[in-house]
Order: sequence, then C-alpha cells, then structure tokens
Amino acid sequence: MFEPVLLKNVDVPDGHLLSTYEAGGGYQALAKVLREYTPDEVVDLVKQSNLRGRGGAGFPTGMKWGFVPKRADKPKYLCCNADEGEPGTFKDRIIMERDPHQLIEGLAVSAYAIGAETAYVYIRGEYATAIRRLEQAIAEAHEKGYLGRGVLGSDFNFAVHIHCGAGAYICGEETAMLESLEGKRAQPRLKPPFPAVAGLYASPTVINNVETLACVPHIVMRGPAWFRGIGPDKSPGPKLYCLSGQVRKPGLYELPMGIPLRELVENHAGGPLPGRRIKAVIPGGVSAPLIPEVGLEVAMDFDSLAAAGSMLGSAGVIVVDDSTCMVKVATRIIEFFHHESCGKCTPCREGLNWVVKVLRRIEAGEGAPGDLEQLEKLCKGIFGNTFCALGDGAAMGLRAALAHFRDEFVAHIEERRCPFH
Amino acid sequence: MTMREKIEDAAARYPDQRSAIMPALLIAQKEHGHLPGPVLEEVADILGVERIWVYELATFYTLFHTEPVGMFHLQLCDNVSCMLCGSEALLTHLEMALGIKKGDTTPDRLFTLSTVECLGACEMAPVMQVGDDYHGDLDPGRIDAILERLRAEAGQAIGADLAAASPGE
Repeated sequence: MFEPVLLKNVDVPDGHLLSTYEAGGGYQALAKVLREYTPDEVVDLVKQSNLRGRGGAGFPTGMKWGFVPKRADKPKYLCCNADEGEPGTFKDRIIMERDPHQLIEGLAVSAYAIGAETAYVYIRGEYATAIRRLEQAIAEAHEKGYLGRGVLGSDFNFAVHIHCGAGAYICGEETAMLESLEGKRAQPRLKPPFPAVAGLYASPTVINNVETLACVPHIVMRGPAWFRGIGPDKSPGPKLYCLSGQVRKPGLYELPMGIPLRELVENHAGGPLPGRRIKAVIPGGVSAPLIPEVGLEVAMDFDSLAAAGSMLGSAGVIVVDDSTCMVKVATRIIEFFHHESCGKCTPCREGLNWVVKVLRRIEAGEGAPGDLEQLEKLCKGIFGNTFCALGDGAAMGLRAALAHFRDEFVAHIEERRCPFH
Repeated sequence: MTMREKIEDAAARYPDQRSAIMPALLIAQKEHGHLPGPVLEEVADILGVERIWVYELATFYTLFHTEPVGMFHLQLCDNVSCMLCGSEALLTHLEMALGIKKGDTTPDRLFTLSTVECLGACEMAPVMQVGDDYHGDLDPGRIDAILERLRAEAGQAIGADLAAASPGE
C-alpha cells in the first residue's frame, strides 16, 4: 500500500487548520531550511530530487529556480499557479481546501530558495471555499510567525497574497497569468525573455503549480533520494491523479508517478460502469490526446506518455466508455478551446472557430465528404503556429480522435446521423 | 468597510495600481450584482487608472457580468467530465423547471441559467455552481430540491426587505 504524503491531511477532520498541520509535523521543513540550509542548497536539493512541474509541462523545478539571476536590482517574485482550469483536473482545489498550510509551507521554502519576499497565489475565482480556507490559513501562519517579517526569527521576510482569477483558462499559461496579475487581459507573452529573468513587473519571477510547491517541504524533510525512489528516476515522486468521467470510483488518488494507466483506472478507480466497456481515456486533461483502450498499459509519467503520443499534463484522467460518441467528445473539447482562445493569434482564434463549425455539422449528421481532410488541414494550420500551447493542445486532441476513431467520424458522414442517438 | 475602502485595501497588496483592477471588479460586482458602465468608471476613479483598462478586463473575463443577472446564478458545467455524467439531460431539466433557455433570466429575476466550462470538481460530476457554492453528484431530484431551497431563501430575503422597509408596523 502506497503511503500518501500530499493527501495525508485531506481526509482528516479540520485538516485545513494550522493545529492539525503542525501536529503532523507541519512547518518543520521551513524551520529546517532556515536553520540549516543556504538558499542555493535548497535549490540543489530540489534539483537532486528530479521534481518536475505538476502543472502540465513537466519542466524540472530546480532548473527553473536556477535560472533566476543571483543578483538583481529588482525584487524577485514567486507566483503560484492555482488557476486550475484544465478540464478534468481538481487536485489543486482539494489541496487548498483541505490542507492549505501544505501549500503555504511550500511557498515559504521555495521563496527562500529563490530569494523572493513576496508570493502571489493566482487562484481561480470560482474556488470560493479554497480562497476562504487559504485566506484563513495565511492569517494563521502570519500570527504564528511562519509568514511576515523575520520568519521564525530569521532574517527572511515573506508575504503571501491571494489574487483571484475571473474565469480565463488561458491564465494557466504562465506568461498570460503574469499579464493578468499586472491587471491586463490574459494573453501570452512572446518568450524570451523568460519569466525567471523578466516576469511579473519585469522582475525575476518563478511560477510553480500548487502540487509542485506542495512537494517541496516533503523533499526537504525526507530527502531527494526518497523522492527519486518513487516511480521512474527521470520523472519521479508521489503524484495526484484526478479520475473522472464514466468510471465507478471517480476521485483524487495519490499514487507513484509511472503507475500504468490501466491499473489506475481499473484497480484503483474501479473500472468502467456496470455493463460498459472502456473505449478511451484522456490521461492529462483535455489538452492531452486520448489513448484508446488498447493503449492503457502506458505508464503515467511525463516521458512514457510523451513517447505514446500523449502527455501527463495535469493528470486529469477522464474515462470514456462505449456508450459515448467520440465525435461528440471531440466537438465538446474543441468548443472549449474555442471559447477559451484569448484571441491574440490568428491560427488559434480563427482556426478553432472553423474546426468547431465542421465538427458540429458532422455530429449533427450534416457532414460532407472531404470534411475530415478539411479538419486535418485546419489542425496543420494551427499546430506549431501559435503563441502558446492552447492551439497545439486543441489540434493534438483532435488529431488523436481522428486517428483512433476515424470510423465513427466516417459513420456520421455516411449515415448522415449520429450512430449513438 | 465601504466599497472604496475594500478596493483600497486590496490595492495595497500590489506595487502597481493596475494589478488591483481585477480584485476591485470582483469587489464591485459583489456590491452591485453586476458591472454597469458607471460602476466601471467608479472603479477606475478609485484606483486612478485609465477607464479603458477597466472596461477591457470587465469584458475579457467570464466571471464579470456587465449585464444584470438573477438573484441566483445557476452555472451548470457542461465540459467533458460532466457531459459524460449526464449534464445535457440536467440542462433540459433546468430549462423545463425554470421555463427559460440557457443564457436567460426568469421574469421574476430570481434565476439566471448558464452553462460554464469546467468548474474543477469533476470528482462530483455533474456539477453546478450557485453563488459561492458547488452542488455535485446532481440528478433531477437534487436539482428540484436545490431550486426549492433557493426559492424559500428568496422568499425570506424579500420578506426581510419588506419588514425593514416598513418599521413601526
């Protein structure tokens, strides 16, 4: 049985309170780094752990921290991406609602490592409970000296502020989030410069996901070797998997990185609903290309999923069974991307508009011969031609649906109706 | 605290007033229910920022409403996980129960019905947000119970308003 670390307090009554967190050894990592480590040593610990960003891209966290210039004439910022918007993902909400101090300690240790005195937690506006709990937790931590001037008697000053989002998926893209934090429309920036050099207010900035930051205190306490010992060496650690869709036991599961997708879905989440069979699984939120049932042996880590033509993304695992029309699923996914396109660049803004029109007419039984070739052409026009990954995610998802379930698309066009109706 | 004080309090968290526009709009919307032009201008004036900066945020982000919404904004998620768990049938049920189509507000201004993108609570799909609250594992029966409770709540609120408006009786 795998011992949960990140979800240790989640089902404990009053898990969100400081007293519960402290009783379980909370804030000892912060005390330890302030007492025993230089900031550089903390960066090294995280580098040695091979922790990779849990927001979706899987970039090595320690390396990201290492890009922050040692000397800067401007203040440095730490931003926490808590704008969890990838459909199928709910892990960060649960951490913030039920164990917010884990995030605050992660923020404090990470800020110490990169030399930041201010952190902004960019949290989606819909998460009212998480926002309230995090506000309470910040106040509690402040009162006990875990935040504020001279944290725990050291010369490290640290403040955490919450910034509420207002409904824009694109804020998950880190430079769009920075624009939003600066009070602008959330549209991605051209890189370089990278945020580590010129991010928030053109200052050196690190942006990390909630789950990534939550891993940091555990790495400090248990050591990088412990972390690397869980799952594949290049993509290790405990991982939160969000199971949803047509599955018996939807929910949040903490298991080793690299667990086979089939084991996750069939053993842990109970498999398909009674009388149904799994048709496909989206492994990492709707940006991640679907995997047909025959591919479920794939290991759930960054490299294995990339090799299988998909991605771990946010580990939002959505199970689709044989009662469901894949054209409908693909249409809903592309409608989502179309709605959330920020409008900055043409291939995404106009291309997705066109893709949605074609998909809707196929699903309605009004598709024409040549529509599938048209969709492929549109995907080609979008993929690799946009500022950020939003358009790419849409194109990759549609390509996978077309590749694996082409017969369903063809049936819609030939029969002039949805065969699932 | 007045709206101005709340906004100034929020603005103190940032080195640049422009960053405070989003929090200020959230505060103003809580106060006024929605964000008509004069409220946007008031926000710009309190922060001392360009009005266009405020307008462009109010129209870019989904959670800001420049048009009035009902006392209860029913926001049903229809993204993939909720769709797979039956959100379409629930939308039809809500439309029948309220006698309106999605995007509309009931004539008594109690309910606005919308579909929204993923609410990040797929473990309890299908999900609907009403105000600050998430309601999960929905079925038609649960939706009916929620509507009944909200109607009762509205009745009490209106009753309290009437009582407050007529002291001495």
